[in-house]
Amino acid sequence: MAQLTCKNLSISYGNNLALKDVSFEINSGDYVCIVGSNGSGKSTLLKGILGLIPRKAGEIFFDKTVKSGQIGYLAQQTNIQRDFPASVYEVVISGCLTKRGIKPFYSRKEKDTALKNLKRLEIEQLMHKSYKNLSGGQQQRVLLARALCSTEKILFMDEPINGLDPKVAQDFYALVKGLNEEDGLTVVMTSHDIGEAMKYANKMLHLDTSVVFYGKIEDYLSSDISKRLFGGHSHGKH
Amino acid sequence: MENIRVLFSQGFIIRALVVGIMVSLCASLLGATLVLKRYSMIGDGLSHVGFGALTVAMVFNLAPLQVSIPIVVLAAFLLLRLSESSKIKGDSAIALISSTALAFGVIVTSLSGGMNVDVSDYMFGSIFAISKNDVYLSVALSIAVIILYVLFYNKIFAITFDENYAKATGTNVGLYKMLLAFLTAITIVVGMRIMGTLLISSLTVFPALTAMRLSKNFKSVIITSSLVSVVCFFVGIIASFNFDLPAGASIVMANLGAFIVFWVIGLVLKRE
Repeated sequence: MAQLTCKNLSISYGNNLALKDVSFEINSGDYVCIVGSNGSGKSTLLKGILGLIPRKAGEIFFDKTVKSGQIGYLAQQTNIQRDFPASVYEVVISGCLTKRGIKPFYSRKEKDTALKNLKRLEIEQLMHKSYKNLSGGQQQRVLLARALCSTEKILFMDEPINGLDPKVAQDFYALVKGLNEEDGLTVVMTSHDIGEAMKYANKMLHLDTSVVFYGKIEDYLSSDISKRLFGGHSHGKH
Repeated sequence: MENIRVLFSQGFIIRALVVGIMVSLCASLLGATLVLKRYSMIGDGLSHVGFGALTVAMVFNLAPLQVSIPIVVLAAFLLLRLSESSKIKGDSAIALISSTALAFGVIVTSLSGGMNVDVSDYMFGSIFAISKNDVYLSVALSIAVIILYVLFYNKIFAITFDENYAKATGTNVGLYKMLLAFLTAITIVVGMRIMGTLLISSLTVFPALTAMRLSKNFKSVIITSSLVSVVCFFVGIIASFNFDLPAGASIVMANLGAFIVFWVIGLVLKRE
């Protein structure tokens, strides 16, 4: 039973068709990496699934285990303001809002969830620090903690390591992989770095306005598309 | 001291103080979000629309608040819409609407016999401008704004910090932004009587900016700016009474003073 089903999805910006007839299913516990060149529709696909941009045609649905809005999302960093006065704790607990519905204040339960996720990502010592004063890697962990407050099921990440230095990026990937393997969190990530992404994902979605390939990493490596990209070697580096 | 005792023995001063404190609180609560979401100019635009509405109310001898509130609320929704459309950039759209409304107000006044004392009061604010009937409505509206803000505080934080995330995780962002526009509109209309059309937007912008010099989290920005706002209102009113200055302008000057003090402290703390 698929956790997320995307059926004949098309999205356009004005007259430009950004995504055409995209269909795929993602199962619980999958780690899917969406790859493709610039302008292939990777970010558009994520935003479409999350309802941030209107879709032209097609359907997207989650199975019953993912309650409405209970998903996590790590956007490309650019849209958060640099001078925003918010503490790490305030940012993380805001991820619990979805579960509150119309009820105005956080209860003990949400406060515990926020603390648990701060500990899980080893950032509890930053709790009262100002978000704007953190390093890029720390900020990304804070946003991941917020995402984990929103969901235990499925996490979407749009180029999550953009702007992080390689060591910090490695740590971040390892952290997400741990959540995927130990907690069964489904991960859907876009990346322009195919080689790096293949180390962690178990499924590959190669996009070029339409789906070029979707399936297991192993099958992707032996497919014609990857042979063309990597010149016949299946080492996963380019 | 003698002056202050005289101050508190006057009915109109008490009325102005009560309404002023309530409006200062409302304005400072909303201010943080308006500043951080780059909506500062919406307050300014709305006050000009409020001026246009007030002149019409005056010419036709209608109750000023009852006429201007619905008009300004509608304008707030329109401005919000415009500031998000990509065709005309938000700030220029606001400038268009606010100057048009101001021009409309000026034409209406000149057709009806030119600038009189009342109009000048609306432009620059006056503590005499609030009638007894207005006080009850103003206070009730302010309390409603504060209650709604507190109830939706967490949602407002989430939308201010990261609108896309809130939207992706199922918060009805459009609805809460309408709520913000609504609360801002009410605060502006109630506050412009004391502060004046031309000065009311400073009441939303100044305390938030002042608090942000020192505060490290959102809650302390909100609390600090509320305190700053109320204290500056008092200082401004007392100065205005003592030295016979216009109330709105004195309050703005008090806010400027607070801003400079906080800014310097912030610089010193950073240095250490």
